[in-house]
Amino acid sequence: MQLQDIAQVIRSKNAGPRCLTLDVMFATDADYQRVAQSPALSREAISALYGVPASEIEVIAYPLGRAIKIVLPRLITAGDPGDRDVYGAQQHAPLLGIEI
Amino acid sequence: MSASGRVLAELRQPGARRTMRLLGASGQLGYGIPTAAFEAGLARKPDLIGCDMGSIDIGPTYLGSGHLATAPASTKRDLRKVLLGARRLDIPLVIGSAGSAGARPHLDQTLEMVREIAREEGLNFRMGVLAADIPRDVLKQAIRDGQVTPINGMPELTEAEVDAAANLVGQMGFSDFQRALTADIDVLIAGRACDTAIFAALPAMLGFPLGLCVHLAKIIECASLCCIPGGRDSILATLDDDGFELESMAPQRAATPISVAAHSLYEQDDPFTVYEPEGRLDLSAANYAAIDSRRTRVTGAQWHDAKQLTVKIEGARRIGERAVLLAGAADPRFIAGHKKILADLSALVDELVCEDTPKDYTLNFRVYGVDGVRQFVPPGEAPPGEVFVMGECIAPSAERAAEVVRTAKQYLMHFGYAGRLSTGGNLAFPFTPPEASLGTAYRFNAYHLMRVTELESLFPLTVETVG
Repeated sequence: MQLQDIAQVIRSKNAGPRCLTLDVMFATDADYQRVAQSPALSREAISALYGVPASEIEVIAYPLGRAIKIVLPRLITAGDPGDRDVYGAQQHAPLLGIEI
Repeated sequence: MSASGRVLAELRQPGARRTMRLLGASGQLGYGIPTAAFEAGLARKPDLIGCDMGSIDIGPTYLGSGHLATAPASTKRDLRKVLLGARRLDIPLVIGSAGSAGARPHLDQTLEMVREIAREEGLNFRMGVLAADIPRDVLKQAIRDGQVTPINGMPELTEAEVDAAANLVGQMGFSDFQRALTADIDVLIAGRACDTAIFAALPAMLGFPLGLCVHLAKIIECASLCCIPGGRDSILATLDDDGFELESMAPQRAATPISVAAHSLYEQDDPFTVYEPEGRLDLSAANYAAIDSRRTRVTGAQWHDAKQLTVKIEGARRIGERAVLLAGAADPRFIAGHKKILADLSALVDELVCEDTPKDYTLNFRVYGVDGVRQFVPPGEAPPGEVFVMGECIAPSAERAAEVVRTAKQYLMHFGYAGRLSTGGNLAFPFTPPEASLGTAYRFNAYHLMRVTELESLFPLTVETVG
């Protein structure tokens, strides 16, 4: 099963112009626990998908919101020449197909 | 007495202490405020109307250029709606990050609209104005004193970059808003500000716990975004000494414990901590409980004063004039070879336009369908059936940028790459001319923390009588 079949929300956005944050949210505690306890969203897994060293990635469990937050540095400051996504709103796509 | 003075005096009377009602009217003033929910909020007799008007998320161009991100007509329509509502109830109207980026040009354009509306509607009121522009000499002295630190890997700030910035602002905090509300005003318009200051300042002056005030503010500054389904309708927060209740003023939107808790994730790199100039909000003990299917009660947020005041500095500088080339392609040979074709084309353009002058521009291509959106593409993806090619030039003048993209257009159209069959041309133009000049390009050159000993001199208050 893929992450997009379990999660209720999979989204990305800037947290300031130098940081990208990815939120994965679930409809039930069972769905949340299933993903939170799997290695699917480990720093190493995210590193392979985004080309960012695992040491620069944070994965934060947020059970109160049935959510997992991933924080990674932007490779290019928002709006700098060569940036592809000023708001960072379309950087979630690589997460959709993660196998759980 | 004006509205802020009246509310403060009323709630400070012995025995008059009660819950406070705060109406979050808009998280992005200028993009439309749904009337039904706003009016429903007014019917609940709030003690304050607050609107956030800006963000750094919109990129460096607005801060640099001084332009608003929102259209003048819709901005004025929203301002008129909240001004009339606040004056009808004689309650304070508080607007933060005026004009999208909150520097002097944005503040001035917002103030001019407010004055126009007052004239048109026959309104009279006292308006407090807090400016957020950071003087260059103050920032340079702070750099020399070692009081400026980059955020999230920005380069160290130099005095040369301070001089190069078109606009430099600092995010003021709730204590600055309190200075303004103390001055007995009806309307407060602030330049760049922490969004929490809009709603936290007034209840904190009345002794409500700061952790609750800032937490409440962090949620309702986005209007009903914390609800299911999220939206831009007004939201009402009702605050007491132990917690606050949230209720969207649109009946179809529900503030549930999960939806409100999840809002702490939005555009934040840490769901448990929010840093402000005066301290930090700690949400690790926050609790969210359903009152009914549409309302949630929130408790538990803690506030910790900072040992050192800090101000987040934002600056944007001009980097040149921008022109773009817009074209498509569907030839699989072109798509397969596009990386080398574009590199060779760029070298050819260099030779042509720099024959008698040093290279003074950048030319970047994004190939949509391949890697126009994603910086990092996993290996092995199948090539698309067609692509959109956008060339972007930034050069010292608009004429130079146009020269570069026109040259690139002509030579990319007819570029003779290895294996080419399509000698009629490599590109599909959706219209002609396929080049466009987009005006001045900016980049963020300051996103730093400045340690300060006081905020008052950085964010001066002026009070004027309007109407």
